[in-house]
Amino acid sequence: MTTVQEHAPNPAAGDPGRPIGFGRLQRKEDPRFVRGKGNYLDDIVLPGMLHGAILRAPVAHARLVSIDTTEALAHPKVLAVITGKDLQALNLAWAPTLSADVQAVLVTDKVRFQGQEVAFVVAEDRYAARDALELIDVEYDMLPPVIDARRALDPGAPVIRDDIEGRTDNRIFDWEIGDAAETEAVFAAADVVVAQEVVYPRVHPAPMETCGAVADFDPVDGRLTLYETTQAPHAHRTLYAIVAGIPEHKIRIASPDIGGGFGNKVGIYPGYVLAVVGSIVTGKPVKWVEDRSENLMSTSFARDYIMQGEIAATKDGKILAVRTSVLADHGAFNATAQPTKTPAGFFSIFTGSYDLKAAYCKVTGVYTNKAPGGVAYACSFRVTEAVYLVERMVDILARKLEMDPAELRLKNFIKPEQFPYANKTGWVYDSGNYEPAMRLSMKMAGYEDLRREQLEKRERGELMGIGVSFFTETVGAGPRKHFDIVGLGMADGAELRVHPTGKAVVRISVQSQGQGHETTFAQIVAEELGIPPESIDVVHGDTDQTPFGLGTYGSRSTPVSGGAVALVARKVRDKARFIAAAMLETRPEDLEWEKGRWFVKGDPSAGKTIAEIAFGAHGTVALPEGIDGNLDAEVTYDPPNLTFPFGAYICVVDVDAGTGHVKVRRFIAVDDCGTRINPMIIEGQVHGGLTDGVGMALMEIIAFDEEGNCLSGSFMDYLIPTAMEVPDWETGFTVTPSPHHPIGAKGIGESATVGSPPAIVNAIVDALMPYGVTHMDMPCTPARVWEAMQGRARPPV
Amino acid sequence: MSGPKGWTMQIPAPFDYERASDVANALTLLERHGPESRIIAGGHSLLPMMKLRLARPEWLIDINDLAELEFIRREGDQLRVGALTRHTALLESADVAELFPIIRDAEQVIADPVVRNRGTIGGSLCQADPAEDLSTVCDVLRAQAVIRGPDGERIVAMSDFHRGPYETAVAQNELLYEVRFTIRPRSGSAYEKVERRVGDWAVVAAGAAVGLSADGTVEETAIGLTAVGLDGTVPEAEAVLRGQQPREDLFVEAARIAAAACHPVDDQRGPVDYKRHLADELTRRVLRRACARAAGAKEG
Amino acid sequence: MQVSMTVNGDKVTREIEPRVLLVHFIRENLGLTGTHWGCDTSNCGTCVVLMDGQPVKSCTVLAAMADGHDIRTVEGLAVGGTLDPVQQGFMEEHGLQCGFCTPGMMLTARALLDRNPHPDDAEIRQAISGQICRCTGYATIVRSVQWAAAHPLGAQAEGDAAGAEESTSEEVTA
Repeated sequence: MTTVQEHAPNPAAGDPGRPIGFGRLQRKEDPRFVRGKGNYLDDIVLPGMLHGAILRAPVAHARLVSIDTTEALAHPKVLAVITGKDLQALNLAWAPTLSADVQAVLVTDKVRFQGQEVAFVVAEDRYAARDALELIDVEYDMLPPVIDARRALDPGAPVIRDDIEGRTDNRIFDWEIGDAAETEAVFAAADVVVAQEVVYPRVHPAPMETCGAVADFDPVDGRLTLYETTQAPHAHRTLYAIVAGIPEHKIRIASPDIGGGFGNKVGIYPGYVLAVVGSIVTGKPVKWVEDRSENLMSTSFARDYIMQGEIAATKDGKILAVRTSVLADHGAFNATAQPTKTPAGFFSIFTGSYDLKAAYCKVTGVYTNKAPGGVAYACSFRVTEAVYLVERMVDILARKLEMDPAELRLKNFIKPEQFPYANKTGWVYDSGNYEPAMRLSMKMAGYEDLRREQLEKRERGELMGIGVSFFTETVGAGPRKHFDIVGLGMADGAELRVHPTGKAVVRISVQSQGQGHETTFAQIVAEELGIPPESIDVVHGDTDQTPFGLGTYGSRSTPVSGGAVALVARKVRDKARFIAAAMLETRPEDLEWEKGRWFVKGDPSAGKTIAEIAFGAHGTVALPEGIDGNLDAEVTYDPPNLTFPFGAYICVVDVDAGTGHVKVRRFIAVDDCGTRINPMIIEGQVHGGLTDGVGMALMEIIAFDEEGNCLSGSFMDYLIPTAMEVPDWETGFTVTPSPHHPIGAKGIGESATVGSPPAIVNAIVDALMPYGVTHMDMPCTPARVWEAMQGRARPPV
Repeated sequence: MSGPKGWTMQIPAPFDYERASDVANALTLLERHGPESRIIAGGHSLLPMMKLRLARPEWLIDINDLAELEFIRREGDQLRVGALTRHTALLESADVAELFPIIRDAEQVIADPVVRNRGTIGGSLCQADPAEDLSTVCDVLRAQAVIRGPDGERIVAMSDFHRGPYETAVAQNELLYEVRFTIRPRSGSAYEKVERRVGDWAVVAAGAAVGLSADGTVEETAIGLTAVGLDGTVPEAEAVLRGQQPREDLFVEAARIAAAACHPVDDQRGPVDYKRHLADELTRRVLRRACARAAGAKEG
Repeated sequence: MQVSMTVNGDKVTREIEPRVLLVHFIRENLGLTGTHWGCDTSNCGTCVVLMDGQPVKSCTVLAAMADGHDIRTVEGLAVGGTLDPVQQGFMEEHGLQCGFCTPGMMLTARALLDRNPHPDDAEIRQAISGQICRCTGYATIVRSVQWAAAHPLGAQAEGDAAGAEESTSEEVTA
């Protein structure tokens, strides 16, 4: 059931400008950030701290012949130079990845991608560490690289992972889902079938803060304190315990303020492990911080999917089935950060927002001589690729049927009464009401007027395009029985303490990278307990201070941790009822809740506020049997299902016919993320994702030459949109709560990154219709648009 | 971006630093510290190269204090611009906007506003990056470079100033002092660049300047292209317009010739034929705009 | 070598290597970690500080070149405990998320407003076009700067009245 609900500030809160629970609220984290008082990784300075720097491979594929560290070690400020051989002696040369593979911490046998870690220097200062890198001599024996994923499975292709016993090719996995035979039958009988190769090129999250770590190993009590740029501190702690053999209770992972993550800071990178080794070897704290090139060339990229798409429909535009086969380039190590049982992430939601008769997909993952990764950049575990594929295919079908792309979508949406909706690849969509969102976006855009304007412009030879996309995401993994990362179930904990004076602290297992957890989670507690958000502190990011949980990625903070926080607050509220009953000398069942207090049914003047109850709990009131003297609780929330946010996006572009330059003139985004906690923060999340979409659609790509040299290793070539490339966003919303989530919220962190690229590309292809263009791959740079206009659209890889 | 041996860097190799007190002192310091010394002005070309350790000067001579090099002066039929003039100053100068709109066109698309606060015209010209915009602008305006050295001052035409990518007529012991632009009546100029994103180096850019006679025929013209391997301007294309009333078919013909004369290379910014197409398209656009501006220009 | 400069109104003198970048000098020699660093190639603008009132990328200025000059960092934006309107504007209009690019954005905004107290949106976008934000999508940064323009220092009472206006959010509901 979709309702329109705006949580007006609650006047009962005293200050009319401040909501007691949900509503627009300035962020609690902002006062420190605007004063320059954030505490990011590189701001950490420990007494006696040393600095590490990594020597990286200049080539993509080469046997390591020798490393000579003599000169570097002779540098007066250098304390250690660590090579793969040293790590072998410690049994740390290889580390497990998040996808049941291993990755070299430092090269021992051969280099497998340009930028791979070869040696680690520890020196007294940052400058000396970098200087010493120049003093290391490495000899390589060049090997032919595998750069084009399409060639990775050729007979005779060099075997990249000869470290794995028995491996004779570059295949990582074959994975399929859906009913192939049923899908084939639907395709065979369909009036209309269209096919298109759709490439989602390799891109990079490139947060403004690069990755880094400060490791502080105390040799006396064997305790490791590791400050890290990580989105998942608890999962990291467990993995370090397994990898390094340090007992888990002796490891503290602390994630300070994070300067953007977008999935870049989920995995464990060799640099983190090297900082730890450096600290163990030198007995001093060691800081390691990437430079930008290291970040772009070696840490987790995103996408790199070559998708063969097919869509079947009746001639009057009823979509029947979607089918795809995908070649997935995972780079040199399979280090995708995603649930164990889904090697292609949640790509199987490529069925989109449509009621289909059949669907089938097959994904083949391959190794290439490129940096490892694949799941990152706000992708919701590859929902980005899925949505891009289906939304391009629907547009191509619309062209073939000569139907308006918005009309075609409206005709095929899953109907509101069909929810919960089981799709053909095993997902159960929790709730949705797609048509109102689509209609709202069209109304905001002035869709009919835009189409009229487009016709007029076409007559004058001007190129204007209108692109539509509609997406459904699947976010908020668990449930833990279905989803785990290296065996750790995807659930999240929350602990809530209400202090005697009614102020509270809530401890959560997820980690903000800018999403505003300190505000949003305080608002959830405020909504449930009726105490103002400013009276609630949110603690996160430190494994010594917070309950176990899997962390922030895949838009799971609100769906999972948000559920945990609502439930822990309700647990406290329930406990408060017993204490209030004791204080009021009545029975708990005779009390009624209003926001912030329990009162006697029929006698509203007889009641106790949460603050009074908290004091009572810690005071001298005789507590009932089984109620201990505090107002604290803890929960671990295992969500019963994922949540399925959706949205309707419309993009308007103008293309310079003479140069191929694309200008995004307008962008209308209508999102439905269920219950809205803080509209200001939600809007911010949407804006950021839309900008990602402009980046990917127009300019971002991690490209390689034939030798495997990365051509996008700096911000001179890895281009990110500035304020000049993006329009003033037009946002709207509908509200369709999740039926199973404790507060009905669905998650919003990645919706716009997922939904916007197809809207932009659809708009560009629409603009180029007079040139007969039916598809072009991202990035739509001026040159590539012009080539498409010449009938020479080509894949970016 | 990786250095020659595969390390990546964010810090320059060690060097010594000295700040010049005036032009004479700068020349003395260049002489004293020899071939491994480099002048640093805005630093936005040199420091990034040094951070990648692709440039490793032993001495940096900082000329940022030389106020005598920071000027935009209209004198007679010349506009004189000191080598240390910042991009921002050029962009904001009313004289520049009025007399040489091509400079303003170009300055709006050179790097970004913050970089333009530091970067200088002298630095841009002396770095001589083949994708650098002001080099084309100065070619098209047939500017003159005033170079100071131990033996005094010499004036070099732009056509002789550029010696190839990253090479100029300024010798190691010399300093670019100023750039002179000749003001002429009924003139107009324009610059247009295609870039992948604001602040990026040009995929291709074109610049044109025209001077009209009293009856509106083209007396003088210059056409230049950026980032397509063209040395100087394109005389064959310019000849098409000279002595003619500006007309679209002449722009088309001149642009065709200009596009044929350049030597683009295939790279991340685009294939050769696209760049050649842009050379053609942009040349037409800047000729149209330059001629329109000239027709609307004051008698001078 | 020895360098001296004024940083946020205080005269500082330090002994450094000539190659020390201004961003490292500010962060490590002075311990002012509000100035951040984001790339090696002067493209991202995370490190922007004001030098003699003008925004500069401090990763591409040597500390030696700043000798004798006036530097202002984010720590110097608030005066006497009163936040600069730009700082207040960024909080009011959600002009920041992770906060990493924020100091540079705010300093550029301050310099813009000093020169042009009433910029239009296009002028604001132009002014910050050398600085990348990966979180906000820029629209809220533009609104933040507009908020600051509408609430200049010294017009506090007036400003508060204007601040009571509804948010500039343009969300539309079904």
